[in-house]
Amino acid sequence: MRALVLSVALALAAPASADSNLPPSYWAYRQLPDPKQEAKAQALMQELRCLVCQGQSIADSDADLAADMRDLVRRRIAAGEKPEQIRAWLIERYGDWISYRPTTEPIALPLWAAPIILLIFGGAIVAGRLKRKRS
Amino acid sequence: MSRALRLLPVILVIWILIAFTWRLIQPNDSVVRSHLVNREVPSFSLPSGIAGVRGLDSASLATGEPRLVNFFASWCVPCVAEAPILERLKQQGVKIDGIAVRDSPEGITAFLDRNGNPYERIGSDQSSRVQLSLGSSGVPETFVVDGRGVIRFQFVGPIGSADVPMVMKQLEEAK
Repeated sequence: MRALVLSVALALAAPASADSNLPPSYWAYRQLPDPKQEAKAQALMQELRCLVCQGQSIADSDADLAADMRDLVRRRIAAGEKPEQIRAWLIERYGDWISYRPTTEPIALPLWAAPIILLIFGGAIVAGRLKRKRS
Repeated sequence: MSRALRLLPVILVIWILIAFTWRLIQPNDSVVRSHLVNREVPSFSLPSGIAGVRGLDSASLATGEPRLVNFFASWCVPCVAEAPILERLKQQGVKIDGIAVRDSPEGITAFLDRNGNPYERIGSDQSSRVQLSLGSSGVPETFVVDGRGVIRFQFVGPIGSADVPMVMKQLEEAK
């Protein structure tokens, strides 16, 4: 009974707000006037991880911090910065984890090498079978 | 084809299953750590959060002795729990500066009136820009900055009373 009352109370309780009352930053929900710049910003925002909802990109997330990150990306693109500079700036602070694009650091070598190795492996098997059939 | 080669796919599948199970058993660590620890505080300058209290800039953090930089907000619930601990640290002589994230002067004033003000200076970071430039990802978060303005330690989440000795040790080590 007590558990039931408690769960009903919990379901009815107003959730504590973990978002600020300030309006979103200027470029958070606004596109850049230059379509080329906006396209660059969009492409980058799709590849940056939201720090709050860690499975989402900042383009998809409604978290305050993701909105502020979009503001930061658009502001810097508008100021003429290259997307890769912005990505590098964020990686410097949060590590490779912040970017969804796999890094070219040695740690990701198996990832890049795997398709080539698998292709060679598959080719070898096919070659072996073809040879056996003929003989 | 040799027998060992035939077994290879089975071994691969088992290996993948073991890897998946291992990752599932591991508790999920969602804490984001700043990579700027042991690096100089990136340069910033924030206006004051409330009237009568000075704002905060990176150059003024290098005061010759270690201090805490605490990210907080009036809309942050765990910050309320952390406030008395910061007050206690202040009474022990720790210098604390605050950075109010996405907050209004009214919000900050109400928060400090209710929970006490342990801060020497309060910068207002309205669009989280300084928070992002320090590699922080939420509130509350606390950085130990040494006397030369180098970040020495990052504490993610509210400092509880059990964490005080550890924070004091970090401050001591930053001397």
